[in-house]
Amino acid sequence: MKTCLVVDDSKVIRKVARHILETLEFTVSEAGDGQEALDSCRVSAPDVVLLDWNMPVMSGIEFLRALGQEEFETRPKVIFCTTENGIAHIRAAIDAGADEYVMKPFDRETLESKFQLVGVA
Amino acid sequence: MEISDGAVRILAGLLEARTGQQLAIGRRWRIDTALRPLIAKHDIPTLDDLVHRIVSGRSAALADEAIEALLNHETFFYRDLNAFRLLDEQGMGRLHAARAGTQRLRIWSAGCSTGQEAYTIAMMIADRPDRWRGWTIDILGTDLSPAAIERAKEGRYSQFEIQRGLPVTQMLRRFDQDGEHWQASSLLRQSVRFRVHNLLTAPPVGMFDVVLCRNVLLYFSPDVRTLVFSRIASAMQADAVLMLGAGETVMGQTDAFVSDFEARGLYRKRIDATAVAAFR
Ligand SMILES: C[S@@+](CC[C@H](N)C(=O)[O-])C[C@H]1O[C@@H](n2cnc3c(N)ncnc32)[C@H](O)[C@@H]1O
Ligand SMILES: [Mg+2]
Repeated sequence: MKTCLVVDDSKVIRKVARHILETLEFTVSEAGDGQEALDSCRVSAPDVVLLDWNMPVMSGIEFLRALGQEEFETRPKVIFCTTENGIAHIRAAIDAGADEYVMKPFDRETLESKFQLVGVA
Repeated sequence: MEISDGAVRILAGLLEARTGQQLAIGRRWRIDTALRPLIAKHDIPTLDDLVHRIVSGRSAALADEAIEALLNHETFFYRDLNAFRLLDEQGMGRLHAARAGTQRLRIWSAGCSTGQEAYTIAMMIADRPDRWRGWTIDILGTDLSPAAIERAKEGRYSQFEIQRGLPVTQMLRRFDQDGEHWQASSLLRQSVRFRVHNLLTAPPVGMFDVVLCRNVLLYFSPDVRTLVFSRIASAMQADAVLMLGAGETVMGQTDAFVSDFEARGLYRKRIDATAVAAFR
């Protein structure tokens, strides 16, 4: 089974994402901010990270940059998943190393299509 | 109030006559949800009253609107990503070699809905500038629904639609943001033509090298499906490629096509025995 780390400071959003991911047959773990996510990736790298933008302690962009400094056998794919829909934001995420970008609202098909695009479906 | 059996039968008959689409009885709830907004808009008390008005023949426009409401326009970019990769690598690769002399290609997205499928093909081609440099490639998207074709021409998608299947890099590269919407760049729009066409009628003129007819024939009756397959075949070059939806097949539906043995998942025209004999 593929593994996905859901990173979001909102417990509700993590729960919703977990639900969709489980129907897509992912094993899901959660982190409440970028630092927690980074720690979790160091212990065991997931196949893919679903990443929020605004979070306390360490934001999504900061997490991406920190992740870029780490050594991995297989680098986790990162899908940015936020309410930000401005081009500048999207570009910043891609430049920082995100593989895909999802704007809320999205549904199961959208997420599934993004997983296919990054090669983890 | 529930719609009556008689009214369902009339609507199903109308839909099938006009579009070939059959309304499965199990999907009866769809009629209800699909037509509610229509009766609200025209201030018609019940679905049965709507059907009465349609059969009385007083309002042709109302029948058109009901048909439109009953059609399923569900679609998205790169729908079945692996199938598009197969088409790009194998199907189009082969045609690139076969048409090296003329450097011309004609592609038809039949039942293109709001255009995502035709734009996907256009992006696939734009992504391979080296392969297609100097080629004249005509992409035609057709659909029965005038409303869908209008939207396809405009190439303007909601945030929800734009990211369904579309890689973010393509979105940034080939679409312009306009508030909550994204519109295909004029370059992308110029590479595709759209027009209204009903698959129950003669195909568009000229011969095609690639035809996509995906998630359209699913709800046709077997007889009509066979007829449409042979019509499509008649508009295809001998070595052209047919792409269907995931889970759709030609097996047991038509003699006009066979599985492409070089690219499983794509289909080729069956070269009939007499033609093969003549060839020997
Ligand atoms: C479910 S959509 C599929 C769109 C796209 N091909 C895809 O696979 O994503 C089916 C489309 O077929 C169109 N359609 C249904 N019957 C048709 C007919 N007889 N002739 C042309 N288009 C038809 C509908 O209007 C609808 O837009
Ligand atoms: Mg947040």
